[in-house]
Parts: sequence; C-alpha cells; structure tokens
Amino acid sequence: MKGIIQQIESFGTLDGPGIRLVVFFRGCPLRCLYCHNPETWHGNGGEEKSVEEILAIYNKNKAFYSKGGITATGGEPMVQIDFLTELFEKAKKSGIHTCLDTSGAVFNRNNAEIFKKTEKLLQFTDLVMLDIKHIDPEKHLALTGKSNKNILDFAKFLSEKGVPTTVRHVIVPKITDGEEDLLNLGRFIGGLKTVKSLDVLAYHTLGVHKYENLGLPYPLEGTPQTSKEKAIRAKEIILRGIYEVRKK
Amino acid sequence: MNNVYEGWAGFEQGTWVREINLRSFINHNYTPYDGDESFLEGPTEDTNELWNMVLDLFKKEREHGGVLDMDTKVISTITSHGPGYLDKTKEKIVGFQTDKPLKRALMPYGGIRMAEKACSDNGYTVDPEISEFFKTHRKTHNAGVFDVYTPEMRACRSSHIITGLPDAYGRGRIIGDYRRVALYGVDRLIEDKEEQKRTTRSTMYEEIIRDREELSEQIRALKQLKEMAMSYGFDISLPARNTQEAIQWLYFGYLGAIKEQNGAAMSLGRTATFLDIYAERDLANGTFTEEQIQEMVDHFIMKLRLVKFARTPEYNELFSGDPQWVTESLAGMLVDGRHLVTKMTYRYIHTLENLGPAPEPNLTVLWSTRLPENFKRYCAKISIETSSLQYENDDMMRITRGDDYAIACCVSSMKIGKEMQFFGARANLAKCLLYAINGGVDEVSRKQVGPEFTPIKSEYLDYDEVMHKYDAMMQWLAEVYVNTLNVIHYMHDKYCYEKLQMALHDKNVKRWFATGVAGLSVVADSLSAIKYAKVKVIRDETGLAVDYEVEGDFPKYGNDDDRVDSIARDIVHIFMEHIRKNHTYRQSIPTTSILTITSNVVYGKATGSTPDGRKGGEAFAPGANPMHRRDTHGAVASLASVSKLSFLDAQDGISNTFSIIPGALGKDDRIFSGDLDVDACCAPGACVSPTLFEGLDDTN
Repeated sequence: MKGIIQQIESFGTLDGPGIRLVVFFRGCPLRCLYCHNPETWHGNGGEEKSVEEILAIYNKNKAFYSKGGITATGGEPMVQIDFLTELFEKAKKSGIHTCLDTSGAVFNRNNAEIFKKTEKLLQFTDLVMLDIKHIDPEKHLALTGKSNKNILDFAKFLSEKGVPTTVRHVIVPKITDGEEDLLNLGRFIGGLKTVKSLDVLAYHTLGVHKYENLGLPYPLEGTPQTSKEKAIRAKEIILRGIYEVRKK
Repeated sequence: MNNVYEGWAGFEQGTWVREINLRSFINHNYTPYDGDESFLEGPTEDTNELWNMVLDLFKKEREHGGVLDMDTKVISTITSHGPGYLDKTKEKIVGFQTDKPLKRALMPYGGIRMAEKACSDNGYTVDPEISEFFKTHRKTHNAGVFDVYTPEMRACRSSHIITGLPDAYGRGRIIGDYRRVALYGVDRLIEDKEEQKRTTRSTMYEEIIRDREELSEQIRALKQLKEMAMSYGFDISLPARNTQEAIQWLYFGYLGAIKEQNGAAMSLGRTATFLDIYAERDLANGTFTEEQIQEMVDHFIMKLRLVKFARTPEYNELFSGDPQWVTESLAGMLVDGRHLVTKMTYRYIHTLENLGPAPEPNLTVLWSTRLPENFKRYCAKISIETSSLQYENDDMMRITRGDDYAIACCVSSMKIGKEMQFFGARANLAKCLLYAINGGVDEVSRKQVGPEFTPIKSEYLDYDEVMHKYDAMMQWLAEVYVNTLNVIHYMHDKYCYEKLQMALHDKNVKRWFATGVAGLSVVADSLSAIKYAKVKVIRDETGLAVDYEVEGDFPKYGNDDDRVDSIARDIVHIFMEHIRKNHTYRQSIPTTSILTITSNVVYGKATGSTPDGRKGGEAFAPGANPMHRRDTHGAVASLASVSKLSFLDAQDGISNTFSIIPGALGKDDRIFSGDLDVDACCAPGACVSPTLFEGLDDTN
C-alpha cells in the first residue's frame, strides 16, 4: 500500500512531544477558513510513499528522535486510514511513539467499517492531537463547511477508549474567540477523561502566500493575527470551563 | 619528588608530581558535580561597579569608531608595559595587555605594513622610527614570506583561490597550557625547559640548532613572564596556593601570550575543571566562600572580555567583526567514563548571568550524551537566555583527541600543551571547479592562474569529463596551497615565534598542518546538477565560461539525499588525499577543516557563477552548510547531510551554522504552559501562569 504524501518534515517540534518526523497526508474533508495548508486539501497530487520508505527516513536519523517520534498530520490523515494504520502499526512494532494530528471529521459511529478501522488505528496511536475548530455546531459549519457532530463524538470516543489526547483550538478574531463559546468548549473538554493538555493557538497569516500560489482567494482577508496576550486570555477562559465541570 | 610546595598541600599525588602533566593532576584531584545551579552566587557590588566601568569603556570605544586608544610607540612584549588597572581596589584578578584597558598594543613582528595600516585606518600613526626599524633592520614574518613566494603562489593569492592566508598577520591557533603556570609555578617550568635544552642531541644539524634556539627563547619568555607578574606585585615563581592565586597565575600566563602575539585566534584552553580543584580545597578549608570564588571568576572573565588587538578593517571583514576567539572549552568526558563537569564549569557559564551575555570569551561546551542531566538543563537554559554558548561533539573528538584537549578558535581541537597547529586558512574549492572547466583561467580576472589544461568546450557539461578535470585541478591546488603554507609557517617560526605559548608546551609537540576548504556545498550542488540535471555553459566572446543554465531539477545537499551527499563526502576525501601527498613543514600532520563560519561572504564575492545556478559574487554557505534555502526537508535532514562528511578527512573541524526562530524550536511556554512538556519540565509550583495541573489534575 502507498500513501499520498504532501511533504515530510524532518524536524517537527510543535506537533507532539520531542523532535518528530512529521508526515503531511493529502486530502481533507474540511475547508476551514483559516487553513494554513490548503495545498493538502485534495487527495491527488503529492508523492506516493510506502510505509517502509517513511520508516526508512525515520530510522536513518532516529538518534534525533529518541524523545520524539512520528506525527501524522495533513490534510486529514484519517482520510487515508488504511495506510495510516499500517504506518502506525509498523512504527509501534519498532517502538516508535506515534501521534495523530486530526480534526476527527472522518469518524462516524454509525458507519461500521469506519468505526472498526478507527478502533484498530487507535490501538497503535500513543497520542491524538484533536483540533476542535468550534464548539458551536452552526458556527462550526460556517467555519469549516461541515458539522462538528462527529468530531465531538470522536472526542468522546477517545475518552471512552482511554487514548491520551491533546486538544487544540485556534483563536481567530471574531470567529472563535467568543467568551461563551470558549467557556462551552472548556465545559465539553472538562467532561472528557483522557485530555492531557490543552493547546491554544493564535491565528496567524503565514499560510496566505500558499493561497496566492494556488490561485485561491484568501477567505480571511483582512482578519488580523491573534496576539499572544489574547491567546493566553482565551486559554484561561477555556480552563475556567474545564474547571467548572471538574469541580462538580 | 617530595610534596615540597605549599601550593600542593592536600592534593593527591600522581605522575603529575614527577613530570609536567596536567591531565594526571586533574584525574587525581577533581570532583565531578552532578547537582544543579542552585549553589551559584550573584555578582558582588565590586563586580557590578567594575562591570559598569567596562560597559562605559565599551561605549566610549564605539563612539570613537571602534578603537579607543592605540599604542604607536612601544612595541608590545611580555614586559613592555607597566601594570594597568580598572580600579585596583576592586579588582580581584588583575592585568591588561597595555597600561590601560582597551588600549591596543603595537605588534609589528607579523608584518610592519599590517601594523601601520591597523593604526592609520583608525587614525593613528606608528612612530616613524619603529617603521623604519622594521623596514630596514628587523625583518618581519610578512617580509620573509614575500621573499620566498613564487609567482604562482602570488597569483593564487590575488585571484582568491587561496584566501585568508596568515602571511601578514599572526597565525594564532596555538593554546599554551596556561594551567601549568598555576600548578607548577614558573621556576619549575624553567627548570623543565632547561633540562630539555640540556638533553638535545649534540650534533648540530639544522633541526637541533633550531630546537636549542627555540628553547632558549622559551626560557627567556618564562623569565619575562615572572617579571611582568612582579610588576603587578605577584611572585609567580612557585605554585599558586589558593583559588585566587591559581586564577591569577593562569591569567598571567595567558596575558603574557596576548601581549606577545596578535594571533588570529588566541584561545584559553580548558581551565575551569582545573581551577575547581583549588576552589574545592578552599571551600573545604574555609579559605574562601562561594561568593568570593564567583567574584574571582567574574573578574577573570571580565578581563577576557577586554582582550583586544589592533586590526585593519579588511581583517575584520574577513572575520566578520573584531573577534579574538578567546575560546574556553568546558565539560566533556574523561576516557574512564567520569564527566568533567564541576562547580567551576557552572561558575564560568554563570558569568553570562552575572555580567550579561557576550561573545567573548567563547564559552564552548564539549557535549556528550553522557553529561549529567542537571548540567544539560542549565546549558539549555543559559543558551535560551543568552545565545552565548557554543557546543561541540566531545563523543566524536574524544576518540582521537583524548580527554584533555581544547578548542582553538571555533572548532580546531588539540591536546593541550602537547599539540599545536599551523593555521592554514582555506582553499576555494568552488573556484577550483571553475578552473577545471576553464582550463586554469580565472573567471573573474581572466588571467591564467592554474595550469593550462584544455578547457571544457562542450555546450552541456558532462559529469565524467568535469570530474576528471576537477580531480587534476584539485591536485594542482593542493600542491600549491600546501607549499604556500610551508613558506608561511617557516617564516612565522623564524620571525614571529610564539615563545611563551610554546614554553607552555611539551618538548615534543605534535604539529597539525591545518588546511581548510571553502565552498563545499556549492561544489556538491554543482556536480549534482551536472550529473542529475543538464547544465548548459554560457561563454563570452573569448570562449570563457562565465555563467551556467541549469535545466531540470537535481538533488541538493542538505536534504539527506545520498546521491548528492556522497558527492560532498567524496570531494572532501579526494582533496584531503591530494593534500596528504605533499611534504608538510616540520613533520606536521595534514588535516583539513570545513568551517568558513564568517568569511563565506568574502569568498563568494571573489568567485564567478557556478554550475549549481549560484550567480557570480553571491555568498557561499558558511562552513559545511547546505546552500541557503536549498535544504527543504527540515533541520534533521539538513544536519544529516552534513553529518555524512567524514571527520577523519576533516579532523580540524566541520562547522554547520544553524539559526532557527525560537517558535520553531518548541512552544512559547508563556502561552502554552499547559502543553505536554509541562509534565516533564514544571515542578509543581514552578509555573506562574495557570497550567493544566491547576485546571485538570486537581480533581483527578
């Protein structure tokens, strides 16, 4: 089996613990307005790579990754779930720490095949970085083009299965920074059992040039970047929501 | 030998008692430290006051256009200047190169013209009598070299295929074992040198004559060193008796060297762990407190920050600034498995906190994966705060250099007091490739500099043809390069001999013949382009190849791609093999380095367009770095390419200059304090902003 890979970054320090080999999968069901990797949206193009080829790249320089591992990101890695599972399964056999950076949008409890495949994938996943784009269903639809029903359900599923999870949330001015929404997000996270950490990211415009290169209009034209201070404040609000639920 | 010296009381004896042997002394007496930095003390009032005076002087120096004062009348020797102070009542460690701080000394033995120019470029004039004397009566290193240079050597020099040669300035890169002054006292060292002189062979062939003359020079230098110390009120005939004396004696040794020599790198050695033995003894005896010892270290480092030489703007351009390379090597491992981290290692690094960050002295951590965790964390912390630590691979260098070596300049390793090096600047391998294509004609000056081989005439470059010609051209370059260096080092020994530094070496010194190369990644990418893409030659009306058009893509060095990385590795090996074929001065052992840390811009400026698509005049990448923006697979892949170069072919060092924005190295913990790493790095209560411990774990 071969995966369709956009790019492999050899020195990932932001996508999971330690220094990591970061594999960017192509294909994504969401169209987030602030997406900074629009080149990975479509499942075609990119480079075909086998699991063995990716692990060979890893093993060649494994000394660098002794406290890190492999992260699958994208795009949405779960779009290529069979390949992804094979990658993680073989990685785990070699004792490599695996981290899945996902939106969870592919998950579907009512689809037996996807459900089974997800269960299998999670057996070989050490850490999930779950990007919850928005807690409010309608606002989520507006932001990403899809409902957040399956995403929130996936979060609960991770909690049931005991999979260590980091929740990520991007603060975009006027879109995801509403106090009530942040509190609700916190309350939702507070109900999950396996969330180990919370990663609140400030929206940035570093991906804008990619839209130009692809000849696409930039949906958030004119939206300012989020300041550090604002991200810290947002994080505190989410924590308040978490704390509120946990206190009970 | 009895334990006769007061300064040796309480030390465990070993070979070091019978012979000059610092390694033995350290092995027997040092105390590894596994703890953290909590024992460290802040600056004293005196330290703060002195440092403010220094900052004030630095400010004045900048306002004066970079030089505060220059000596134009007194030729600098170990004893030429009377004592100089910042504030005698506050300084725990004393001594300046001239009679006052930041006054640059006059050192004409390397070359009178360079000394004159260094003065005139800064608005000063060398005393005409001195100029006259060195032009008429006393030959300099520079004059000697140019008496011997062949027309070919001159042509190579002016076309910049060989550049940065130490033929008009001090070669540097020699580290005296300054610790010897403290441990043995100067009298014992003189005795040792006299014994060496007594035992030379008696048949007076040239080598023996030179040895005897040099030993006499060394003994004279040691006597002058005593005299200089005496001018500051210290008798350094006998071993130092406590930490303050040990630092002071050691510093006098170094000070003597920098009074005598304006070398391209005047490095300090590996002194911290040695000095810690005195500190441990004094702490145990109650002689000094931790605060007092830190104060001495702060004052010592302050002195090292004030080391300055008279130099020309061109020199500063070549080295990008006004560096002295006062390199101190820290930590590392012993071959018996113990680490060499001591409290003194911490105290040296701590000066970056007490006095603030500074590029000098160049504090270099000899890094091993087996260094204690606390120390690694402290280094990381100080690196983040000050960006002022350099790291080098001890696990790699220890194999060939043992465990008592130090770094001269930025990466050149040598066993302290046992090895020295003949610094050899570098050969421009990228230009050499262009010579191979153009039959030895320089692409910039259009002169026939190299041998008149048949130039390549085809429209597109053929890999095998280029390699064949390149190999021959490298052989030519290696030969003229080595011979040029032979001339330089012969003359440096003759007219600008480092007598004090060599007095602090063993009798039988191993000499490294340190060549160097520039433009490696340009060559690797060029050859890769020729091999894997199509490279069309653009010729001018005379048929000279002046530019190249690359059609198609090719593997680029810096992406962990063996197709091109192997080219880089092979080129270093081939060139080194050519170097090795030549006779080297004074039985020296050839090495090479790939470390144009700062001069890559200057070398690039003098080199025409290359087959990798680089345009004429564009900078090379520094050292062994991949070319700028051509490494597209992240840092690990980039570093992996560099790490494939063979250290045994480049034992003088391989450098990779690596900069990265902080955000790309991990999360900003002021925002992301709830991130995963919190588990590992935040002890409860250590984090100020709310963390997930407060947010989540309370209830779990």
